[in-house]
Amino acid sequence: MSERIKEYPGTYVKEQAFADGSVLQTWWYPKADYAWDAGVAIGRFLAGLKEGKILGITCPQCHRVLVPPRMVCEHCFVPTGNWVELPGTGYVKTFSIVTVRWDMERLETPLIPAVIALDGAEALNATGGFMHLLGEIEPKPEVVRIGLRVEPVWLPPRKRTGAITDIQYFRPIKEG
Amino acid sequence: MSPTENLRFAHEAKAWPGAIPLQSRYTMGLAGERFFHALKDEARLLATYCPNCDYTYLPPRIYCERCFSELEEWVEVPNHGRVYAYTVVHCDLDEKPLAKPQIVALIEMDGCDSVFVHLLDGVDPDDVCIGMEVRAVFQSKARRTGEITDIAYFRPV
Amino acid sequence: MRTRRVAVVGAGMTKFVRRALETADELSWQASKMALDSCGLTLDDIDCVAVGSAPDAFDGVHMKNEYLSPGSGAWMKPHIRCYVGGGTGVMTPIHGWYHVASGLFDTCLVVCEEKMSSCQPHPQGAFLTIFDHTLERPLGPNLLWIFAMEMNAYMHRYGLTKRDLAQVVVKNRANAKYHPCALLGGDITVEEVLESEAMAWPVQRLDVSPISDGAVAVVLAAEHVAHRVTDKPVWIEGVGWSLETAYWTNRDLSYPLQVEQAARMAYSMAGITEPRKQIHIAEPYDPFDYKELHHLEGLMLADKGKAPEMTALGITRRDGDLPVCPSGGLLGVGNPIAAAGLMKVAELFWQLRGEAGERQVPGNPKRGVAQAWGDLMQVGTVIVMGIA
Repeated sequence: MSERIKEYPGTYVKEQAFADGSVLQTWWYPKADYAWDAGVAIGRFLAGLKEGKILGITCPQCHRVLVPPRMVCEHCFVPTGNWVELPGTGYVKTFSIVTVRWDMERLETPLIPAVIALDGAEALNATGGFMHLLGEIEPKPEVVRIGLRVEPVWLPPRKRTGAITDIQYFRPIKEG
Repeated sequence: MSPTENLRFAHEAKAWPGAIPLQSRYTMGLAGERFFHALKDEARLLATYCPNCDYTYLPPRIYCERCFSELEEWVEVPNHGRVYAYTVVHCDLDEKPLAKPQIVALIEMDGCDSVFVHLLDGVDPDDVCIGMEVRAVFQSKARRTGEITDIAYFRPV
Repeated sequence: MRTRRVAVVGAGMTKFVRRALETADELSWQASKMALDSCGLTLDDIDCVAVGSAPDAFDGVHMKNEYLSPGSGAWMKPHIRCYVGGGTGVMTPIHGWYHVASGLFDTCLVVCEEKMSSCQPHPQGAFLTIFDHTLERPLGPNLLWIFAMEMNAYMHRYGLTKRDLAQVVVKNRANAKYHPCALLGGDITVEEVLESEAMAWPVQRLDVSPISDGAVAVVLAAEHVAHRVTDKPVWIEGVGWSLETAYWTNRDLSYPLQVEQAARMAYSMAGITEPRKQIHIAEPYDPFDYKELHHLEGLMLADKGKAPEMTALGITRRDGDLPVCPSGGLLGVGNPIAAAGLMKVAELFWQLRGEAGERQVPGNPKRGVAQAWGDLMQVGTVIVMGIA
């Protein structure tokens, strides 16, 4: 750094100092509750999930099948066209094996989030698909692989509410 | 084609509820530590003075916003001031009526150039006026925690 | 393009600490005052201010930039806020750059600050909102998921191992030993990284940079002012920025295309046709070890999939052919979200002037590139700086 700068400001405080009150503090507990509109595209997508279907929507210009569906193709900037029903199967595009929660507490059972690339939604420069969890598979990097063929496991129809969790998880497709 | 023409059934117009899990823990800062300790331990009000701008900051700061100098001159503020502006609040955040109207005021303490927010009490809302002389009423020492609520409210002199 | 030449003429920063006593605006003032003092300027000499800071949710304050404005010298001045996630640290000086390059202002104070420690129980609570509220949050995600999946996609595509990535942590922490503001400078081995706690495989604890509080500020000046203020102005020769789709599950996660786009824009403006020869120092954004490699490839400083090999060969060491993160990067210095990128810009400023002390890259480097990125991994922001 330039010769004039001798000492750098910034005072480190230990977590303990907050716990024992040697640093003054004040707390705020905001109430941040939301009701987010699903929107036209996702509204229909969720209705499809309730019926046990995974829907996509096509772009009339680049012909991609867009999942998650959207009313505008962001590559071509034109309104999207037709709704299509996808078979629901696909493959694992990438995944993680998670052992901590968002607040860094350890999880009892590891979770396996993955990006599922759906059959029928592949295109040259992008793959249609969404994030979900994998199940019925050992949470080990030697077992879960990119490229693994998977299929959705649905909640029974009467338990579905029109939510992403109407799919419980994706499981490996048994060969043969 | 307008987006709503694509809606087939009313149940597709769905709102998804949720919340953002947050709590905020604020430090008082370098100036705040000194100010709030004086408030908590001794029921004293401190300000900082910028000799360059002839400006006294209450609550105090470690730097002058106007000229950026470091402020090293701390001054004691007498417990006497005036109402700079005020409002009488009748509803809470959810627009439900309050049991007792709350008088919120901007207080200008003697010798200070900046004003700050606090509550007025011990006075009828109809009797409050701009320029009214006030003094701070502090919480008892046992109840002071080093927060702005260590001043319970301001009341007319 | 008719823009004026703009130089960085001063810089200052606070230490990056795990949690700071100072309030956010006090941190901003500390960095800003140091930046002004470093070039002998006062607030009166500053025409406008560009402030970069994170989501208001981190601090629990409304309109963070206006809250920071007193400490950022913005009182009664034209001011602009920037927020593009982790990309903020390079995007804010870009905003500052065009304020001056356009001819509208002669000087600009650029301030980036972050106080993540206010967000309890963990800043991730504020970060959760990067995931779609309807399709993703019901699955109970945390921020690590998205980076772990990008890391996995990158490793898989090129057959990389954790060992290939861990060497970046070793290099950057070692570099950070000589950075006076660093949180984690020190010697660490690849084995220690590989044995650290698994959090979201393939991400392990030591693959990630620590969250921190801190602030950085730089002073930008038009050419005629720059020459008066210093005999070693560092010119902003090129800027670029680009954005990938918000539908991140549709992207090719093994390559940051938006970084390449931003780099092309910046290189074109700077007249760089052979980046590997013409760039002497690179400061890509490294909140995770794999990110330094991913970004080096996006910056076209390494072939796709080859950045780990380059690192293993020692090319990216401080005394190598292309020093990468001589500052110590985010992995070594710390990661206060908005301030981290500006720390890299300040590093280039000091390096190109020969003022980086024990961190100095040898051989009189003349040109460097800094890059930042973040949050939903969408933005690419690139800045090319050079000295005469």
